Amino acid sequence: MKAQNEMSMSFESRSSNEGFARCAVSAFITQLDPTISELNDIKTAVSEAVTNCVVHAYRNTIGKIYINVKIKENSVVVIKVRDTGCGIGDIKQAMQPLFTTAPSDERAGLGFAVMQSFMDKVNVRSKVGKGTTVTFEKRLSCRVGNG
Amino acid sequence: MRISESGDCITAYLKGDIDHHSARGIREDIDALVQMKQPALLKLDFSGVSFMDSSGIGLIMGRYRLMSLYGGTVKVVNVPEGLAKMMNLSGLSALDIIERRGEKIESTK
Repeated sequence: MKAQNEMSMSFESRSSNEGFARCAVSAFITQLDPTISELNDIKTAVSEAVTNCVVHAYRNTIGKIYINVKIKENSVVVIKVRDTGCGIGDIKQAMQPLFTTAPSDERAGLGFAVMQSFMDKVNVRSKVGKGTTVTFEKRLSCRVGNG
Repeated sequence: MRISESGDCITAYLKGDIDHHSARGIREDIDALVQMKQPALLKLDFSGVSFMDSSGIGLIMGRYRLMSLYGGTVKVVNVPEGLAKMMNLSGLSALDIIERRGEKIESTK
């Protein structure tokens, strides 16, 4: 499926950018006239993915976070959040609800569970020492014509 | 965030976006007062919260643990409709501490 529109951005893994990232993505998606609930779902998933980069991928360091958003046919939105941080050794374990490697930071261990519950599809690819790419997809209730 | 005290109860009126970035300051402000006053009840009022990711769940669970240390309890009150999905997903409903518009959120299980 070819993208009808696309946006990419990169920014530093500072926690102050978590709000910027979810608002920028939601501003791009607004052209599809999503419902408030759909927009909230996307903002939440982006926030979880970016927080993972800040807290885990680049723990105690600052690195770059890359986000790519594609709008495809039938109001399907595909969002990629990529880092070049530490990577995840055991993806299955990392995706278990309540599993966290940062309990001292009061992380609930729900990041991936939230992404899976709020999005239609979630895919995680990671290489230890190379980085992680999280891709998620959601089809919006198309209320306006495409284009 | 405004924090008020009345008798044996502290109420924290959370506002704006709760994420990993903002949760730290909120946590520090609440904990400083809780540790000083050791109230029987800590109310977290979510009526002014416009967005919350799972950091909000970590915030609630952390305060629940802290209050348990003092033999106190936590109540989460005035949860806006938009946050109900996150609250339900978190499993917090099992702790019986969430009230929405005066009523408890139904467990989804």
